[in-house]
Amino acid sequence: MVHSAVTTDPIDPTSVLERVGSPEDGATVLFLGIVRNHADGRSVTGMRYDAYIEMAEPVLAEIAHEAAARLGTERLAVIHRVGALDIGEVSVAIAVSSPHRAESFDASRYVIEEIKKRLPVWKQEHYTDEPARWVDGTVPPGTGGVRA
Amino acid sequence: MTLSVNALFFASYRDLVGTSHMAVELSPGATVSDLVAELRGRGAPFDTLPAEPAVAVNRTYAFLDEPLSADDEVAFIPPVAGG
Repeated sequence: MVHSAVTTDPIDPTSVLERVGSPEDGATVLFLGIVRNHADGRSVTGMRYDAYIEMAEPVLAEIAHEAAARLGTERLAVIHRVGALDIGEVSVAIAVSSPHRAESFDASRYVIEEIKKRLPVWKQEHYTDEPARWVDGTVPPGTGGVRA
Repeated sequence: MTLSVNALFFASYRDLVGTSHMAVELSPGATVSDLVAELRGRGAPFDTLPAEPAVAVNRTYAFLDEPLSADDEVAFIPPVAGG
């Protein structure tokens, strides 16, 4: 079953992995997005994720179902964390499984790339010695101007 | 006769305008573009919002020419940065 969620709780990668896999599958891919301690030469102390939660949940579900269609199985789980995260914490976890590896790598990559393109989530970097800053983002498709 | 919509502001836009949501009265037949013009026309701090922002109407991305109805939820969406 395709699973997607946006949560304020810490993500346990093992529990995400447990949502996928089957005796038919020869491949499982787990992707973890992690808060790192540097950005553009600055020293980062943490990250605050903000979301339009009522929209982020259905958009993430839509991305997950699109990826599952590419994967060819329903064995896909994605969880995105919001709130204040420390260095080393997991911001997003994507687990997928399929009979062969190509589909799992492809679906996993699709989910993270689409999250970056269109999930209504923002992150604010906090630094040791300067004010926090919203990270530059991407204008989602289907908005940001007039219809083509 | 006016139509009232609920404007939402997130992340950097919330910081710019100093609020997360506000009701805005528009003329019947108004579009997203009219909402943006109405807000920016109020001057500071609303004039710091982009003239052509990304928006979502009732939780679906929409263009500036999208017509609005009473009680629509119009979110101003800064460039997204999830992951």
